[in-house]
Amino acid sequence: MTPVATPFFFYLLSGLALLGGILVITRKNAVHSALALILTLLALAGLYLMLYAPFVAGVQIILYAGGIMVLFLFVIMLVSIEKSQREDQFNKQWIGGLVGAVALGALFVRVFVRSKALHDLTGMPMAQLPEQSNTQEIAVYLYGNYMLAFEIASLLLLVAIIGAVVMAKKRI
Amino acid sequence: MVPISYYLVLSGILFGCGVVGFLIKRNIISIFMSIELMLNGVNLSFVAFAAQWHALSGQVFVFLVMVVAAAEAAVGLAIIIAVYRNRETLNVDQVNLLKL
Amino acid sequence: MQSVESFVVVSLIKSVIAVFVLLTAVAYSVWLERKVVGHIQNRWGPTRVGPFGLLQPLADGIKFLFKEDITPPHVYKTLYIAAPMLSVIFALTSISVIPIGNWVTIAGVHTPLQITDVNIALLIILGVTSMGVYGVALAGWSSNSKYSLLGGLRASAQMVSYEISLGLSLIGVLIMAGSFSLRDIVDSQSGVFWGFIPRWNIFHGQTVAFFVYLMSAFAETNRVPFDLPEAETELVAGYHTEYSAMKFAMFFMAEYANMITVACLATLLFLGGWHGPIWGLTWMQAVLPVFWFLAKVFCFLFLYIWIRGTLPRFRYDQLMAFAWKFLFPLAVANLVITGLVVALRS
Repeated sequence: MTPVATPFFFYLLSGLALLGGILVITRKNAVHSALALILTLLALAGLYLMLYAPFVAGVQIILYAGGIMVLFLFVIMLVSIEKSQREDQFNKQWIGGLVGAVALGALFVRVFVRSKALHDLTGMPMAQLPEQSNTQEIAVYLYGNYMLAFEIASLLLLVAIIGAVVMAKKRI
Repeated sequence: MVPISYYLVLSGILFGCGVVGFLIKRNIISIFMSIELMLNGVNLSFVAFAAQWHALSGQVFVFLVMVVAAAEAAVGLAIIIAVYRNRETLNVDQVNLLKL
Repeated sequence: MQSVESFVVVSLIKSVIAVFVLLTAVAYSVWLERKVVGHIQNRWGPTRVGPFGLLQPLADGIKFLFKEDITPPHVYKTLYIAAPMLSVIFALTSISVIPIGNWVTIAGVHTPLQITDVNIALLIILGVTSMGVYGVALAGWSSNSKYSLLGGLRASAQMVSYEISLGLSLIGVLIMAGSFSLRDIVDSQSGVFWGFIPRWNIFHGQTVAFFVYLMSAFAETNRVPFDLPEAETELVAGYHTEYSAMKFAMFFMAEYANMITVACLATLLFLGGWHGPIWGLTWMQAVLPVFWFLAKVFCFLFLYIWIRGTLPRFRYDQLMAFAWKFLFPLAVANLVITGLVVALRS
């Protein structure tokens, strides 16, 4: 079946993602921030589905929303929330933050407006990647062209596991 | 059909949200979540470019970014627990001594 | 190629039927559990309402609806209300990609016997079940009481740990079928060995994976012997201590709906789905696959209840050691061996 109502779904999902993103940085309560971030992650998974990347979307939900964010929530529940809520949530870097945001935004806008290559893309229709064989093709890339990167990533994970145990355990 | 530039604008805005959160928040967990937001903004542009150029390398990069995010979350949260155990605070401004 | 309108209408009809059947099944698996555990413990179970207590679920439902809904004053209100809803939503969502039979043609509409046939069905189910932990964790946190918080913490740690061995045990099946689509996985299990042993994955090299799946699935659904998040002897009722009336019933529904999803998944992945001996008239040939599927799911649910009536609860350190030191290495070993055999054969 051909895709239907893509603009509607794009605006819905991107609206949710933006709402989540803004709530993440404005909420005082860390649990609320985490939930807003989960909303953003799920909306992004939907956008990945629209971009013909079903496997990435699935991994996004399983790994990010179901794994990493559970870890965040676990730690937030472990540390006492009332005490940290009474502390100041925002530091006095409003000016720094504002300047950083404006500079970054200006950079993005400049790149977006001036870049010739990007300008050519705006009207171009996107290629429809084959959805059925998405997983196989990713596997071919991951275990073929990017084998070294894959191995380094697995080593990184191993180091992270050991590091986490060493840091968090009271007596080793 | 939604053109790729829309996705790129969204990814830029998400990245910007992450940067602002990183700069203005004090709670160390919120700072971590802002970093996750930035990583996700980048991931979105990777996937969008993968769809545009019909090149799956972009999707493979997303996996590598996710691995880095997972490793960062595991070690970072372990550090948070260690810091909280010793100082009983999550405020980054108060964790300003190099000894525990 | 069917039109969008007919697709939407057919999907709506199927969704309504699926939700209705699932909720009835949930209600009656509660009845079955009380009855079977009763008989295991030399009691009768429910007998008063209707013949064999068959109307008991109805009476329970009415009771849950009309009980006073207490919201304790110290809770974080929004999340306290949202948590049971999240549990139910994620528990009911995963049923949408589970096929219960082959394609059928009813009133001129050719449609699969599932709400939607997607090529990453297994990924969706894993994702949705991994989201299910939020209902429990948030209930524990938002109740703002010690028992609930401990229950929520236990649940999130336990579910994240067991999810890994659950996922790894499924990958062996995926390697053998070469697809994420549940329909393809079931189709890869048709046929028999030596004339009488069915070619189900449980008999076809994935026996170890099946037992790893069984144990991690019990832990994922918080059932005995892994029901530490709601251990009534130590945590009162864990994460749903502060809940009453319909909100409590929602957790109950979510737990049983998750059990049914797990049973359906085990049937599809390891027990050959709707494959079974088929004979008789045309209408029987159409109905029998669905019957076999439901019969297998029933057997799996009965196993759940049987184990609940038999085994005591783990200690928490035993639970974690079991996940990380036994199940996880076993699942990895199974994965490596399966991959090796498949690679050598092809």
